[in-house]
Amino acid sequence: MKFSLEVWRQPAGDAAGTFTSYEVDEISPDSSFLEMLDILNERLTESGGEPIAFDSDCREGICGMCSLVIDGQAHGPQRATTTCQLYMRQFDDGAQITIEPFRSGAFPVVRDLVVDRSAFDRILRAGGYVTVHSGPKPDPNDIPVEPEVAEKAIDAACCIGCGACVAACPNGAAMLYTAAKVSHLALLPQGQPERFARVQRMTEQMQKEGFGSCRNYGECEAQCPKAISIDFIGRMNRDLLRAKVTQPIDFRGDMKTQ
Amino acid sequence: MRRISGFYQSLIGKKAVVACTGLVLLGFLVLHVIGNLKGFLPPAAGGEPDIDVYAHFLRNVGEPLIPHLVVLWGVRIVLGTALVLHVVTVLQLAAHNRGARPIRYRGAEHVAATAPARWMLVTGCAVLFFLILHLLQFTFDALGPPIAPRANFGCVYQNLWEAFQHGGVLLFYVAGMAAVGLHVFHGAWSALQTLGIDNPDRNRGLRAFATGMALFLFLAFLSLPVAMALGVIPEPSAYSAACSASAA
Ligand code: HEM
Ligand code: FES
Repeated sequence: MKFSLEVWRQPAGDAAGTFTSYEVDEISPDSSFLEMLDILNERLTESGGEPIAFDSDCREGICGMCSLVIDGQAHGPQRATTTCQLYMRQFDDGAQITIEPFRSGAFPVVRDLVVDRSAFDRILRAGGYVTVHSGPKPDPNDIPVEPEVAEKAIDAACCIGCGACVAACPNGAAMLYTAAKVSHLALLPQGQPERFARVQRMTEQMQKEGFGSCRNYGECEAQCPKAISIDFIGRMNRDLLRAKVTQPIDFRGDMKTQ
Repeated sequence: MRRISGFYQSLIGKKAVVACTGLVLLGFLVLHVIGNLKGFLPPAAGGEPDIDVYAHFLRNVGEPLIPHLVVLWGVRIVLGTALVLHVVTVLQLAAHNRGARPIRYRGAEHVAATAPARWMLVTGCAVLFFLILHLLQFTFDALGPPIAPRANFGCVYQNLWEAFQHGGVLLFYVAGMAAVGLHVFHGAWSALQTLGIDNPDRNRGLRAFATGMALFLFLAFLSLPVAMALGVIPEPSAYSAACSASAA
């Protein structure tokens, strides 16, 4: 197959970037999108050019390292698919394909299509610890969890932290990511002790990183490679609002009589 | 105070303020349109249009326990505060969001967002513009004839009737209500999602509620102006009250 690519090239984070056109031919329909870029890079290197920088790691849709906005959609046009699991047979022969980095104020471009997503790590870290007992190994199924609740928690835990939700959101919000991380613990008994403190800390960090606010467009859910539901955003909002309204700011403050 | 400022400083808290004030305004619109539909009722005992009686009632609610106009001004203050909070918060969020996504994509931007959702700021500003002119026209009587012919203060039916004889006024109201309908189509659902009330079980029902609200407000608000413009309900002169006598 043959494709014309419009690729965002930017030599460094503080340098100006532009779109550059490339023609690639002799691509197997069964090569993945990243393999297609590998082939192009090999040819670029052989002809003395600079290869296109992009992120990837597992290439099996589980690590969340690959990114790219392909024709205006995070991880490309196929629903519930990471870029590494997207195959060239999904495109028409001769198609023109635009490839851009994930765009967000909180995800600065490092080079070409590589962005720095460490803001996500800081949100996760703000969540802090989960109390687990450190005595003898507990019996399996010691803590009963309803199967439906466990499934729901796992739906949230499916988030691979790739940042597609932020890239997809016209407001650059990280609500779906944060909500998935908050909810998967908030749903389980093990996550209850720190539930309300955690949601406050993680959303505070999310805001500090400069992510935008949610307008309920649903773009994040539509472009999430794990199809994580905006239901989790509602859950996170509910927990946060409850925490802000009912949780003491000063747990151990003094009181006087009157 | 610390609790309130902490709440308002968080993005989700701000969004909840937008949602709650939006729902307050929505509740007001529903009451307002029900009041308007009184324009279709037959005249009250004295021959006065029913909607005029209702307008007097709004000024005197609770009398003699509550003084004249107090309830009316109470409601005005609540609604004004809600509107100011809604608009100020929305503008703060919009400014914040611009910084969060400084660069747009070359490719298509939207897969899931509906047009009314994307146009919230535009329809919101249109509603604000409509609201200002609407208040100037009928509440403050600042536009003057022929757009707001004030035959007699309190002669609601007649004032409305004469205003809607002008095609331009009618058209302006159709456009204003279209903006309200589009705003509510996304907003009424969105507020419930923001507050964490939506979930997969309720989603269809809540979206149907928002669609129903949008259609109901659009049709119900326009019914009286259209009926007056087409002359399918009685002319003010058909009512044997002080208003028609004092009409110019
Ligand atoms: C009677 C008038 C109004 C009603 C009933 C109303 C209702 C609503 C509702 C229910 C929402 C959804 C809140 C949410 O998503 O959580 C909303 C959002 C919004 N409203 Fe209004 N609104 C009104 C007037 C206005 C005005 C005058 C503006 C002017 C700027 C405005 C601008 C917006 C915007 C931009 C949003 C989206 C905010 C965001 O998601 O960041 N609205 N409105
Ligand atoms: S490279 Fe690991 S998910 Fe795509």
